[in-house]
Amino acid sequence: MSNNTRSKRFNTGRWLIWGLFSLTLAVAPILFSGGLALTVLSQMGIAIIACLSYNMLLGQGGMLSFGHAVYTGLGSFVAIHALNSVSGGSLPIPVSAVPLVGGLAGMGFAVLFGYVTTRKAGTTFAMITLGLGELVFAMSLMVPEFFGGEGGVSGNRVTGSPFMGITYGPAIQVYYLIAVYTFIAVVAMFAFTGTPLGRMLNAVRDNPERVEFVGYNTQRVRYTSFIIAGFFAGISGGLAALNFEIVTAEVVHAARSGAYLLFTFLGGATFFFGPIIGAILMVLAFVLFSEFTQAWLLYLGLIFLFMVMYAPGGIASLIMMNLRVAMFGKLRGLALNYLALAVTGLIALTGIAAMIEMTYHLQLSASQGPDIAFMGLKLNTTGFDTWIGAAAVLAIGFVLFEMARRRFAQKWEAIQVFIEKQVNKEDAQ
Amino acid sequence: MEFFIISMLNGLSYGLLLFMLSSGLTLIFSMMGVLNFAHASFYMLGAYVGYTISRYVGFWPALVLAPLVVGALGALFERVFLRKVHKFGHVPELLITFGLSYVILELVQLIWGRIALEFRPPEVLQGPAFTLINHSINGLSMLWGAAPAEMCSAADAAVRVVCSPFPATRGFMMLVALVMLLGVWLLLTRTRVGLVIQSALTHPDAVEALGHNVPRIFMLVFGAGTALAGLAGVIGGSTFLTEPAMAATVGSVIFVVVVVGGMGSLSGAFLASVLIGVIQTFAIAFDFSLATMAQQIGLPLSEAARNNTVVKLTLSQVAPILPYLFLVLILIFRPKGLLGTREG
Repeated sequence: MSNNTRSKRFNTGRWLIWGLFSLTLAVAPILFSGGLALTVLSQMGIAIIACLSYNMLLGQGGMLSFGHAVYTGLGSFVAIHALNSVSGGSLPIPVSAVPLVGGLAGMGFAVLFGYVTTRKAGTTFAMITLGLGELVFAMSLMVPEFFGGEGGVSGNRVTGSPFMGITYGPAIQVYYLIAVYTFIAVVAMFAFTGTPLGRMLNAVRDNPERVEFVGYNTQRVRYTSFIIAGFFAGISGGLAALNFEIVTAEVVHAARSGAYLLFTFLGGATFFFGPIIGAILMVLAFVLFSEFTQAWLLYLGLIFLFMVMYAPGGIASLIMMNLRVAMFGKLRGLALNYLALAVTGLIALTGIAAMIEMTYHLQLSASQGPDIAFMGLKLNTTGFDTWIGAAAVLAIGFVLFEMARRRFAQKWEAIQVFIEKQVNKEDAQ
Repeated sequence: MEFFIISMLNGLSYGLLLFMLSSGLTLIFSMMGVLNFAHASFYMLGAYVGYTISRYVGFWPALVLAPLVVGALGALFERVFLRKVHKFGHVPELLITFGLSYVILELVQLIWGRIALEFRPPEVLQGPAFTLINHSINGLSMLWGAAPAEMCSAADAAVRVVCSPFPATRGFMMLVALVMLLGVWLLLTRTRVGLVIQSALTHPDAVEALGHNVPRIFMLVFGAGTALAGLAGVIGGSTFLTEPAMAATVGSVIFVVVVVGGMGSLSGAFLASVLIGVIQTFAIAFDFSLATMAQQIGLPLSEAARNNTVVKLTLSQVAPILPYLFLVLILIFRPKGLLGTREG
């Protein structure tokens, strides 16, 4: 994590990372050209802002929210109404500023709802946010003027006079708008982690009692951070409104909030860049993985369970742990173990995936014949032998994986002890 | 009058069903500090398992067996997954049950399909438990079982007769909930096991020092809590609908109940369940809006105001959000919850 000396000297590494980040945002649509790639990239930008704003609560404030979609979703709705007002001529702002309107809306709703939710911390906070999320979703079906009923509210982003040839007609222009917003939002949210408020928020997460003794009002700290998170969530919602040009009630649904939570955690809540990985995975899962298999939510749930159990820091923590090992020059020794883990894990996964896919096929599309295509093979879902085969593959894979895992765990433990010793030695000198 | 009685009973039975769920949730929460996000998923699992068992051996054995199966699954989950993350703190515990709710939902859809099942209660419970007959001359009378058709209609057109049946499943729901409430209460206060559980709640270290296996007690409590949810599932599933969405519909309401009642307070959960059950049931029955109210007190409304959505909304349309509004109000005016003792 960051330390408090960072503003004092010119930090080459940091400039390099931010430079690379902006470069990636700029060249991504050139590398991945094509309609699908562009929509996926746009959605990734939107999701990155949303997940980072969510992590301001979960990772930095220890506030487990089950209702973050309320702020992104209501931001979307206000933004699309703003866009329609711009088209109608009653709101004299450029289209590029519409996401800011969404941000202000998200902030406003966070001021309103946060007053109630942030009175509590921990488990109670989680349940209240869940309740408020349900409240807003139920309201969305009751007030069709604002939420547009079942059809939602649609708008048209190509409006007003073009500015330097930018009309937002082509998707690439919208992508670059999203990219600019994403870059600024990510920088701003990173800067937030270094502000006194951001540091206090970490303190409130770690030891609220002590923060009270120092003289801070923990509720005030949570509330202020919640409002800022609401602002960024609203920006993300506003960008989504511009990108899709339609907003339906499902943007405030609990499933959306659950997705933010799931993927922020998978990416890694303990590191600033974790949610970025999570957001990229989220879009890939929703757009690509869901096309690939009907059972994707099941796989997602299982992956999540195992992540919580074995790597509570998410993917980011796995990366950082391996980086640490690499810095001490020990990663090469683990390469073979990783290979063994990957191969045996894949075998086990193949077995279980075959069984899941066959069950789904029997349950949902048995009328299309008993055969399914699975990894280049044709499996007969009604055949006894295919089931036995899949179970055998799973069993063999699992046993081998467990063996590989034990050996890996031993080695890993030894390396950690070695690193610990090295660090202590350096400290002593 | 008969409308009031029937609605009251419906509300009470719904509230008691909520209590069957929230009692398990509260028990687990107050013991282990774990908020079981998947509690409603175990409720759904109870309904589906009950459905499958009842197809082979009938409803009554299923009523006993399904909760046992669900309880065993719950205990297994605690043993294999939850215990591992216990050392990481409360947030990962909540997260793992959150992940479990996804997995259970998908597995249920995988095994039993995505459409609602026809889970019918047994013959005895179909039909009304009793019927209230409001006779405009003879007054209100009650009749066990269904009322014969001739009693519900009068030969004379000037006599108004209204029959209001009360479904037997609802009555059965109340009965089971009350028996269960009594059973849990007796178990906790009158038996040795209950004493150990109660002491493990407040002084786990001391109980462990006396030679009791506290992790196993936790596992059993988790299993018992999920078994209660399973029992509620068999009854709820056969009374209402057995469908994959049933966990989501009841899930958020029981969390509201637990917060409104006060975290970890069993009596608070009881009070809040009954209150929310009754409020919601009555709200659904009323076709009352701000517009009709203005009409009744003689306030003239303009054309624009009469077509305003907020003014036009009837109480029955607002019913789904009432528990959440209640939650917000409680948090503003009584942050501890109705009978809660702990703040924060």
